[in-house]
Amino acid sequence: MLVLLALPPLVIALGQPFYLDLVRRIMILAIAAVSLNLILGYGGLVSFGHAAYLGIGAYAVGILGFYGVTNGWIQWAVAITASALVALAIGAVSIRTSGIYFIMITLAFTQMLYYLGISIAEFGGDDGMRLNAKSQFAGLVDLNDPVAFYYVVLLLMLLAVFLTYKIVKSRFGMVLRATKSNEARSRAIGFSPYPYRLAAFVIAGAMCGLAGALYANHTNYITPGLMSWQQSGDIMFMVILGGMASTAGPVLGAFALLLVEDLLSGWTQHWQVILGPLLILSVIFFRRGLAGVLYKPDA
Amino acid sequence: MTFALLFEQLLNGLQFGVMLFLMAAGLTLVFGIMNFINLAHGSLYMVGAYLAVAATQWTGSYVLGVVLGLAGTLVVGMIVEVVALRTLYERDHLDQVLATFGLILFFNELVAIIWGRAALFASGPAWLQGQIDLFTGSRYPLYRAAIILVGLVTAIILWYVVTRTRLGMLIRAGASNRTMVAALGVNIRLLYTVVFGFGAALAGLAGLMAGPIYNVQPGMGELILIQVFVVIVIGGIGSIRGALVGAIIVGIADTLGRAFLKPLLGTLISPPAAESAGPALASMLIYLLMAAVLAFRPQGLFPARGG
Repeated sequence: MLVLLALPPLVIALGQPFYLDLVRRIMILAIAAVSLNLILGYGGLVSFGHAAYLGIGAYAVGILGFYGVTNGWIQWAVAITASALVALAIGAVSIRTSGIYFIMITLAFTQMLYYLGISIAEFGGDDGMRLNAKSQFAGLVDLNDPVAFYYVVLLLMLLAVFLTYKIVKSRFGMVLRATKSNEARSRAIGFSPYPYRLAAFVIAGAMCGLAGALYANHTNYITPGLMSWQQSGDIMFMVILGGMASTAGPVLGAFALLLVEDLLSGWTQHWQVILGPLLILSVIFFRRGLAGVLYKPDA
Repeated sequence: MTFALLFEQLLNGLQFGVMLFLMAAGLTLVFGIMNFINLAHGSLYMVGAYLAVAATQWTGSYVLGVVLGLAGTLVVGMIVEVVALRTLYERDHLDQVLATFGLILFFNELVAIIWGRAALFASGPAWLQGQIDLFTGSRYPLYRAAIILVGLVTAIILWYVVTRTRLGMLIRAGASNRTMVAALGVNIRLLYTVVFGFGAALAGLAGLMAGPIYNVQPGMGELILIQVFVVIVIGGIGSIRGALVGAIIVGIADTLGRAFLKPLLGTLISPPAAESAGPALASMLIYLLMAAVLAFRPQGLFPARGG
């Protein structure tokens, strides 16, 4: 926490602004991981399609920018709303199923959006689209300033963790966790899981949509690759690696996974051949995640 | 749109459908029996394609290449099962998904290290190069016709093995009660390894037949894998009959959509609008189909009944 706060002055003093960029990217994806954890860790919904909302949030910013709307409040509000609506549609169909079906269906729908992104030539198709100007927050903050943008992302990440914590501790979160641990019993005491799961699914989608809007501003470039299944898998791994069922765990997971990725890719071009088996080993032997090692899970 | 063109596209759909079936059969068999979800099934498809290309170049004979490719995929599948996946049968699906996701990264990169990232050129044998006459004015590539034939024959063999042989009986028994089968003196671990190997070989068969039609490149397996998921969701998981029906529906719907949706839309809305909406809708068609099936039958068209 303190390290993150102190990082910008430090790296600038050291003349290594690259790390500012890296950590900002990690924190943006950490928001996505935190949002996935709400449905995965607490709701037991194994969504393999969370990258969809990352893409929708990013494309919302990109498409509005394309038509000349650069007001950040409007862009981000549209990103969040659009992601929530898509999550509502996908969730309404997929939450009717469970287990393995749910995994495959969320994956398939995300793949559908991915192909949609590829086939719409107007917005760049396969090549992606350039963001001409970052979201404008006149007078408040200038995202072109890397340090200011860094603190905006940090603040939003902390807000996302805090919000998830509040949701999980609320009555709503209690029901959500109950439907995960024992669906039959929660039905018996009068809670139908469907509306609670769907609501959580939509909240998670909206939060991830914000991460997408941030990501578009981070890279200034939006490609359908943001919605690819590898991206979904990455986000999922951050959650598992960090430890499910602890609100801050996914943040740790995002840092661990992306730093290892960065380290390996600096070392060899074929870093995935090492990362793959590392991931398998972490699944087999490292079941409680990083958060489980560092402190007792708060759920 | 002439009848001959429609017929040809229907055959193309059937050809794509039987390839999807070969993939779906292995995946659904492994899922139905071991309750294991294998994302790396697409990697085995890729491994099959690469091994067949390499073996064909090495031996100079297509038939030997196919045989070695199939055997190689079978062995790779069994090794993966014994080394990495065996410990995961008792875990929940989430762990299985993540571990096999790791396997995908590993295989894609390994293939890129050995054969490079660029697509490889694979060709069918000379004796399958020609065209066959279907009826007056309509010809069809022999190679694609052969794929349809191989796929349908494999489907029949699979049906025979699962329902009529001792091995099939053990497989079905293992699916319904693992502990009981083990108690009766069957080596269930070996059985699982064998089933996994066969599933891998089926994926390898699909991959090596796909080689001359589609590109042989790293990541080729994942494109088809997700379509195979759609097949399984539509057909009903764990059911081989469902996999066959689902595969043919998806194969034909996808092929016809890509061929005819754009001209069809052009008659309804303005041609420029159809120009961009057609391909977009065509690539989304099978997913919309899946959503429609789920809305009416959440368990798929043919829910598994132990076979």
